Amino acid sequence: MSDNTSRNKLFDGALVEEALQQSFVKLNPRIMFRNPVMFTVEIGTAIMLAVTIYTYATGDTTQGSAGYNLAVFLVLFITLLFANFAEAIAEARGKAQAQSLRKTREDTPAKKVFAVGEIRTDEIKVVSSSQLAKGDIFVCEAGDIIPMDGEIIEGLATIDESAITGESAPVIREAGGDKSSVTGGTKVLSDFIKVRVTTEPGESFLDKMIALVEGASRQKTPNEIALTILLASFTLVFIIVCVTLKPFGDFVNTPITIAAFVSLFVCLIPTTIGGLLSAIGIAGMDRALRANVITKSGKAVETAGDLDTLLLDKTGTITIGNRKATHFWPATGVNEQAFITSCVMASLADETPEGKSIIELAHTQGVSNRYVKKEHARFIAFTAETRSSGIDIDGNRIRKGAFDAIKNLVTKAGNLFPSETEERIKAISSNGGTPLVVSHNEQVYGVIELQDIIKPGIRERFERLRRMGVKTVMVTGDNPLTARFIAEKAGVDDFIAEAKPEDKMRYIKQEQESGKLVAMMGDGTNDAPALAQADVGVAMNSGTQAAKEAGNMVDLDNDPTKLIEIVEIGKQLLMTRGTLTTFSIANDVAKYFAIVPALFITSIPALQGLNIMHLKSPESAILSAVIFNAIIIPILIPLALKGVAYKPIGASALLRRNLFIYGLGGVVVPFIGIKLIDLLLAFFM
Amino acid sequence: MNTEITGVLVTFFITLLIAFPLGKYIARVFRGEKTITDFMSPFERFIYKICGIDPTREMTWKQHMAALLSINLVWVVYAFFVLIFQDKLPLNPDGNPGMTPDLSFNTAISFLVNCNLQHYSGESDLTYLTQLIVVTFLQFVSAATGVAAVAVLFRAFAEKTTTKLGNFFVFFTQTITRILLPLSIIMAVILAFNGTPASFDGKDSIVTLQGDSVQVSRGPAAGMIAIKHLGTNGGGWFGANSAHPLENPNYVTNMVEIVAQVILPMALVFAFGFFIMRRRLGYVIFGVMTLGMLTFMIPNFFSEMGGSPALAKMHLANATAMEGKEVRLGVPASAYWQVMTTVISTGSVNSMHDSSMPMSGAMQMLGMMTNCFYGGKGVGLLNYFIFLIIAVFISGLMVGRTPEFLGRKVEAREIKIAAIIALLHPFLVLAGTALSAYFAAHHADINWAVKPGAWLNNPGSHGFSEMLYEYTSSSANNGSGFEGLGDNNLFWNITTGIVMILGRFIPIIGPVAIAGLLAKKKYIPQSAGTLQTDTATFGIMTYAVIMILAALAFFPALTLGPIAEFFNLY
Repeated sequence: MSDNTSRNKLFDGALVEEALQQSFVKLNPRIMFRNPVMFTVEIGTAIMLAVTIYTYATGDTTQGSAGYNLAVFLVLFITLLFANFAEAIAEARGKAQAQSLRKTREDTPAKKVFAVGEIRTDEIKVVSSSQLAKGDIFVCEAGDIIPMDGEIIEGLATIDESAITGESAPVIREAGGDKSSVTGGTKVLSDFIKVRVTTEPGESFLDKMIALVEGASRQKTPNEIALTILLASFTLVFIIVCVTLKPFGDFVNTPITIAAFVSLFVCLIPTTIGGLLSAIGIAGMDRALRANVITKSGKAVETAGDLDTLLLDKTGTITIGNRKATHFWPATGVNEQAFITSCVMASLADETPEGKSIIELAHTQGVSNRYVKKEHARFIAFTAETRSSGIDIDGNRIRKGAFDAIKNLVTKAGNLFPSETEERIKAISSNGGTPLVVSHNEQVYGVIELQDIIKPGIRERFERLRRMGVKTVMVTGDNPLTARFIAEKAGVDDFIAEAKPEDKMRYIKQEQESGKLVAMMGDGTNDAPALAQADVGVAMNSGTQAAKEAGNMVDLDNDPTKLIEIVEIGKQLLMTRGTLTTFSIANDVAKYFAIVPALFITSIPALQGLNIMHLKSPESAILSAVIFNAIIIPILIPLALKGVAYKPIGASALLRRNLFIYGLGGVVVPFIGIKLIDLLLAFFM
Repeated sequence: MNTEITGVLVTFFITLLIAFPLGKYIARVFRGEKTITDFMSPFERFIYKICGIDPTREMTWKQHMAALLSINLVWVVYAFFVLIFQDKLPLNPDGNPGMTPDLSFNTAISFLVNCNLQHYSGESDLTYLTQLIVVTFLQFVSAATGVAAVAVLFRAFAEKTTTKLGNFFVFFTQTITRILLPLSIIMAVILAFNGTPASFDGKDSIVTLQGDSVQVSRGPAAGMIAIKHLGTNGGGWFGANSAHPLENPNYVTNMVEIVAQVILPMALVFAFGFFIMRRRLGYVIFGVMTLGMLTFMIPNFFSEMGGSPALAKMHLANATAMEGKEVRLGVPASAYWQVMTTVISTGSVNSMHDSSMPMSGAMQMLGMMTNCFYGGKGVGLLNYFIFLIIAVFISGLMVGRTPEFLGRKVEAREIKIAAIIALLHPFLVLAGTALSAYFAAHHADINWAVKPGAWLNNPGSHGFSEMLYEYTSSSANNGSGFEGLGDNNLFWNITTGIVMILGRFIPIIGPVAIAGLLAKKKYIPQSAGTLQTDTATFGIMTYAVIMILAALAFFPALTLGPIAEFFNLY
């Protein structure tokens, strides 16, 4: 959602120009053949061209005047161009979006590392980024553009990823762990890193995505195939209807012109949806891209619309970052200032976000750490054994840890654990908070309350998902009590507490066995199996290469709530197809009433009664119908590109609404449209 | 209100009153639950034993279809030869001749496929033996075939994920022993007591009031007329079908016959809902079918009641369309029958459809063109299922989910089958009509035994309607005739024979295949985003799909036939 301006502007000048050009290129029957509906229109157009030439050449008017035949031919030709234009503009928009990303990475100088030996240092040479192959190693310093997707093998750097994500705050990437991956096109702001290239040239996610929107490797999704089959069969029905009409007409002595046959056929087959179908598919992926999500296939977008279950990490998705210290609770008889100072000292070496938040909270309460002289202190790191951390300073042993760890420590030393503190701890836990107990020389000093801060507005988003029929599941390492509290507060439907990666996997499999489609987001390497198992796996761009390979979407913004947007994009895609199909078929009612009386009226004048629109003449009726059929395509292009708005009002209500707008609308609109065109034509005919 | 109209309404409500509990009963029969007809089970076990059927063996949809097709093949060969050699067989008191091969081909297929298109006249072209062992026999087994096929659909959606869909022969046998036989016996007795013949004696002669001596055909007809309606077969004992005074003697028998032909198609819809434990779905399907029936019934009714404007111009009071109708039955009962017999695929007639008003003719044809508003026994619901799948697909998309029906995803393969089936009916009807129109228009004098120029009693639009009606009736397996068409000749016997056989078995295999494929799929539990198929909205959607797909394909053809006639008349 980085650029709202380009999102609203559907028809950019340069894009239109390119799309227009493509509209003609796509007339090639071999390309056209992929779309059976429009291919038959092309055949019809060719027939009309032949008829037009014939009537001009011979002056024979049994097939109608040459001018009339020419008019029908031109309208059909324009119909083809409009349909091609719809596809071309969708492709052009996707391409433009992709190009703007690609531009950042073209011709980037790369400092490639050539290993020359064990002893002598590696040689570094500047080559073009396009010369980098998978497995090559390059280095980047402050100010360099990263030439290729890769994984940091050495060093740490702050990186500006705004070129890809639109997010201006720099991020830190370092070797090892889950934050080791870098994306081509981003800029190193500080420090020095050594990176191993993880993709072949032209095979990065971006490249794959560009190929997809450019249509080269775009494969029809299963749903698109099913719809194409259905549309092809409608087309076939109308071929039968039109072909058999010839002997019918002969039997009742009603000659029918070729122009009338072709027009009837073209009007009846679902050209509107046939012309817009591929544009809708491309636009769906394009919309995902505009939401800064790269999809590996169109199918993933479609699947997203069907999701039943969403697995979301608590941290960063439901809550803001990590837990924060919110309150200091000194034990009875302990001076508050002294307690806070102890807390600060115990947290000095604690680099975890929780530890930092304790110091931050202390600052706001007027205690700072500047008095502490680090030389005299010995920091005690957190170990799995002691499950506490702290500091030994001037003979003071300050420890900070979980309730049971400190209780163990205190009682071992023969001291009593105060009951008021125990009460306090219970109160904090039942409020969804995490208590951290601080001891001073094996005496309980007090409790620090840590709280999760639930993101504002997240509850509403979950509510919206629930109305879409999507179940949300929170995944957290917290104990079940805390997890339950946060789950209730955030409004998720279920939670997995004390979750290990295997738990996620098990949950996904279990949901899938009951027939549900599951999506999850992840970034770590240990998420990769679950990402691959999930029907929609969204990897964060900041995640590891393994995670990105495993998922079928990559979120460039690293925004875990993006899944919600993806679900809506998927639904919109399917809805646009469904509604336009309905509209297209419903149009047939009016077109029948325009063309059928026109076909027979000369020999059976009584059929004037069927001409309920009172169209002027058989010729104007047929022309009006084909013109309407043509211009409805460009009129609907914006809708095809933007997608039909999704409202989470329940499936039946949604069906009612869309059936009313596109079904009933599809019946009524062409009556009005054809009549208006007929009135306009009256000036020329 | 007019007594005759009240009579029609009463008839409809009696039908409903019988069909509903009958549906419950059918669901119980197929579930193998306790029913009042359990006394039949020793008899059924006896049949299984002598036929070597293992009633506990569960079949896949393919095995079902293999069983269905092979047994049907046996029957058609049997019927074909018995009809040809009927003159050499006993029970032929009137000395009727054997059938020509082309007529036998047409007739054997016609009864095999539950169509009962009759290019012959029962009195002069069949013997009592063939009436019983070919016609009546096939009327039972073809009806049971349709029900056995739809039972696969029942089973497919009753369970979550399965390939085991019951046993064809069990469904088939139980349909006869527990549904058709008991009902037929009751009905035959009612008919016999009202004057329908049930005798093996040959023609009788009577002296009319005018003093003429007339030969009156008779025979063991009451039993056959019962299954003819209960099995939605429609082929009459006598050439004039249920317009014949012995086949349909009075208003009561008329009511019994029209009720009998509608109860089973209706009951099967309810049975579907009961069987798969989704009553609401059954009710919605019934609602859509009733709406569809009324769409054709109301215009038909009013145009028949209104009569011909040509007569009105002559200032004839109350000039309803009495031409071709029986005085003892009257216009409303005939109009009701005309539409019911065409929306369901019975095709028996109690009036001359050729003589009905143009709008009525159009409605009767539309009834057969849609062919799923109640529809034939078993096959009506199967046809409806095809449109339902298409409706599920489009409306599934409209609510932003890949389409699913009762927890199974509808994908390309199912849509492909549904599309072929939806395509087949217009193809058979239009291609057949085009072929005959071509010969009638361009080769009227070709050197055939019956020249195409001599086929039709009427030129122009009405003649066109006669041909269109014949193929529509054949493809829909309806069997009623518009008449006015010289159809007992090589061209019509062969072409309609082919149309009938394709129009029967492909639309059975298709939906059963879809049901079988869907049954195999993983069951997806419902959520708030799932499209509910048992709502009025979805019902309307299905109705629209049927009307636009099934009816619109025929609009140009209907325009040249009945619609042109209509505008010429008014």
